[in-house]
Amino acid sequence: MTTSLATGPRQANFLELSPDPSFGAREQRARRDAVEAIGLWRLCWTLAWLDIRLRYRGSMLGPFWLTLSTAVMIGSMGVVYAFLFHMSLREYLPFLALSLVLWGYLGTLVGDACATFTAVEGSIRSVRMPFVLHAARVVVRNILVLAHNIVVIVAVYALLHVWPGLRMVLALPGLGLWLLDSFAVCLLLGPLCARFRDIPPIVGSIMQMAFFVSGVIWKPSQLGGHEWLLAFNPFFSILEVVRAPLLGEFPSHLVWISAFAYSLALLGASWLFFLRVRGRVAFWV
Amino acid sequence: MRSLQDAAVEVEHLSVDFPLYHSNARSLKRVVFGTVTGRVAADARQRVVVQALRDVSFALRPGDRLGLIGGNGAGKTTLLRSLAGIYEPQAGNVRIHGSLNALLDPNQGMNIDLTGRENIVLRGLYEGLSRPEIRCLEEDVSAFAELGEFLDLPVRMYSSGMSVRLGFAMATAIRPQVLLMDEWFLAGDAVFMEKARSRLESMVRGADILVLSSHVLEVVQNWCTRVLWLDQGRVRADGPAAEVMEAYLGHPLLPAGALPGKGLEPL
Repeated sequence: MTTSLATGPRQANFLELSPDPSFGAREQRARRDAVEAIGLWRLCWTLAWLDIRLRYRGSMLGPFWLTLSTAVMIGSMGVVYAFLFHMSLREYLPFLALSLVLWGYLGTLVGDACATFTAVEGSIRSVRMPFVLHAARVVVRNILVLAHNIVVIVAVYALLHVWPGLRMVLALPGLGLWLLDSFAVCLLLGPLCARFRDIPPIVGSIMQMAFFVSGVIWKPSQLGGHEWLLAFNPFFSILEVVRAPLLGEFPSHLVWISAFAYSLALLGASWLFFLRVRGRVAFWV
Repeated sequence: MRSLQDAAVEVEHLSVDFPLYHSNARSLKRVVFGTVTGRVAADARQRVVVQALRDVSFALRPGDRLGLIGGNGAGKTTLLRSLAGIYEPQAGNVRIHGSLNALLDPNQGMNIDLTGRENIVLRGLYEGLSRPEIRCLEEDVSAFAELGEFLDLPVRMYSSGMSVRLGFAMATAIRPQVLLMDEWFLAGDAVFMEKARSRLESMVRGADILVLSSHVLEVVQNWCTRVLWLDQGRVRADGPAAEVMEAYLGHPLLPAGALPGKGLEPL
């Protein structure tokens, strides 16, 4: 005899699929996709958490290997670059710790975003699931990694007796922006990389280049009078809008405005792209 | 409220194309350089497309048991995936009223690196079950699949028989109004089929609408009241089971009892 379980409440009581290509219909389908994904937040959370657990299954430290390896990297790079840049550790190390941890999030997220759908092709082809859920899984997974790495920043601040002060709360709007941007990157790069398999390596090399030109390991002030040029680099603006407040600094107006402008452009482009290709992703993976 | 709602499946002029991205056509180079030299239109037209389904229409009401027959590549699995909402149509409409469960893939998107128990929990969360309901699901699945301590080991350590049992138990634990079933679920070995039969039959009986794709004609004959014969993505015939199957086979059917094979009871 089978179980007493009745029908699962999640399953759509009414499913209508039509190829109506009008903008309104596409938008409505994409919005419904997003709403369904929100309804499945417990699944999303569990998937993201299991992704991390799986990576470290059987290891003693578990996800805290992330913390440890970040700490080792920051410690060694901090000593070398503080010497190269003629700065004191007290001045340079908090900056580097924060930069590397934040960039670690951005870089990994963009890399993972490329595999948003190709990594789960099996489940895309066997069950109907909102596509936004796969994006959310990537975002949540990377936020969990970031949370493990924040420990390093706190440790560095405590060791060096640095306290950024109440300006820290100014990072909150920036973090909100990051959250939206993260979804946008997944919904843009996910389908694009499923369709064109050349994109992930291109993205990888762009991110590597961005790491060096976006003031992650060097301080923007080291550019002297040319600091304003950095606002033309979207990676810098988006990094700085969160980093500066956490260092107790106030981001310049140029940084605020450019970060919001770049994010708005990214969000718009990615939503338009996603609602255009959402129905095709299952054929591409 | 759901129980008051009548299940229904409506398919109108459904067409599904599979773009075949040749290793070259798929690359960015083709598109970028195609644009540069102004060959995009030609490229777009030259894109190889497999017409998996063409102008398929039918409607099912509660009580209908539809069998899909046809050779390999006739579009049976694509039709099931379209009904499940996995492939969105390029033309035509698909409407499903009522809860739906699709038994398409033995693994149902199982993650083989996770333990059996974790896979069951994920399945339960996907179905939107509450914590106690998930515990019920766990008990039910582990009782049927007889995995014992293996339930807490990664699925990749399972023998093939164990993972089939787990996949089958999970897929059949939740009873839908509309049940879509691919032939895989009838393809187990004899011992497994013996065990699976009553569970599957009660699930099929509990569903308002069944759509079954199978090569095994006696299964279709025993379980289906109506048969849709697909041929190269088109509906070749649609009607009462015996009639269509005789046309498909080209000779009269033997009485159900005379058939050897799976020994599935008529419903």
